[in-house]
Amino acid sequence: MTYRIFQQGESFSFPTPHTFTEQADSSQAAAVFLGSEASQAYASHSRDLGSAPFVLIELLDECLGVHIGDENGPTNVLGIARFRLGSAEPTNLVELVRKPWTTDTAITQAKSSLEGAGLVVAICHDFPGRILNRLLRPYYNAALRRLDEGLANAQDMDATLRMGLGYPEGPIELLNRTGLAEHFKVTQALYEQLGQEAYAPARRARTAWLRQQSEEG
Amino acid sequence: MTEIKTIGVVGCGTMGTGIAIVAARAGFKTRLFDTRAQALAQAESQAKAFLEKSVARGKLAEGKDTEIMDQMLSTTQMTDLADCDLIIEAVFEDLAVKHEIFSQLDKICGPHTVFASNTSTISITEIAGGSGRDDRFVGMHFCLPAQLMKLVEMSAGMKTSSDVFDRAWQVCLAMGQQPVRTQDTPGFILNYFLIPWHNDVINLVDQGVASPADIDLAVKTALGYPLGPLELLDMVGMDTQRLLCEAMHGLTHEPRAACPPLVKRMIGAGLLGRKTGKGFHSYENKKIFGA
Repeated sequence: MTYRIFQQGESFSFPTPHTFTEQADSSQAAAVFLGSEASQAYASHSRDLGSAPFVLIELLDECLGVHIGDENGPTNVLGIARFRLGSAEPTNLVELVRKPWTTDTAITQAKSSLEGAGLVVAICHDFPGRILNRLLRPYYNAALRRLDEGLANAQDMDATLRMGLGYPEGPIELLNRTGLAEHFKVTQALYEQLGQEAYAPARRARTAWLRQQSEEG
Repeated sequence: MTEIKTIGVVGCGTMGTGIAIVAARAGFKTRLFDTRAQALAQAESQAKAFLEKSVARGKLAEGKDTEIMDQMLSTTQMTDLADCDLIIEAVFEDLAVKHEIFSQLDKICGPHTVFASNTSTISITEIAGGSGRDDRFVGMHFCLPAQLMKLVEMSAGMKTSSDVFDRAWQVCLAMGQQPVRTQDTPGFILNYFLIPWHNDVINLVDQGVASPADIDLAVKTALGYPLGPLELLDMVGMDTQRLLCEAMHGLTHEPRAACPPLVKRMIGAGLLGRKTGKGFHSYENKKIFGA
């Protein structure tokens, strides 16, 4: 099933052309809202989307509830976020966010459209950080804190986690590659939403963000 | 110093069986000890199946599986470990139990025998303190599944002699493993991160954020991990996860290391993971990973 795309602002999930964006068809009823201002675009079209097979809204750090409410919202609207760490290329993984009242038909059709474009879909409920950021940010904060405390140097810590668990990359090298300041922004947003200490940005991440702010004037 | 030729492994659970395979595969005479005859029989059968599969996959030469199994003696008699040069303990995480085992071994083994613990959370210095030979004691933490993973976290206790540590390091290399020196701190490096990470994943399931299948799919796809966290937890077992949490949380009081309520409920329901055929996922057989 194809869909039309409304893009407003730059998309974090699809910063460059992708099969998913290229196969859009403006004559279709299903709708996808992409971009940093997807929320506004959805708000201006939402009244006309009641009969659409599915509607997708691109999410950043916010919950789907911000756009459609947390009680008895539209049954055909889902959130999407293609997982991407900082400045790295987006991965093939899309978190498809549902509400308790979302119909199975809308979920199935949305999932099928995303998979048809070569993406892998994991379905989750509407919680801050969804699956991946919820799990990864405390791990990255802990690694940065333990590096400060001298548990091991960065190379040994990365090597141990690579060899011991078969991870392709250790946490420190990964954060340095994708941007410590970017990690700060995500974990700070989650800390504000969840209020749990594990999400409080580690010193090194905060420092990187402050330096970035300073450099940007 | 005596050359290490014979290695004893105490405990024939998932880790002990894997370590015994590693030792025997590297050509060491290997003694696998456990008081439970039925568990030993299962461990032998799992080791045999794994080695046969290694031959089938071309990882081992034809007939090598039989040769390796011949190197491995399974026994319910601790006295059969008397001739071991190195003994690696791989029982569950309970300091009192480990002390009891090592104090018995101390009476059975000669003074040259080096003791090692595969503990992943308890202090090496603390275990060594009840072993009767704290100067000849090292931490050798293998990773799950030991028969496939190369990393061994090696830690010295406060009284471990440097000569003993070096010998254990060389044996580790001779077993084809990759040792990394770690501090004698709770969880060393690996479990310091892994136990809380696994607890976070378990809590995600309990809170209904996503299904186990979707969580594993997301982690593997987005991060390139070879196993999903819940697949790995099913290998570890809920009973072991609880013990790891209790040991780690007891030492650090780190909130993320506290045992999640869902682990206790799953243990109550007999949903331990691969070993009972069902944990977060369902399994048709009890073969060890890679078999």
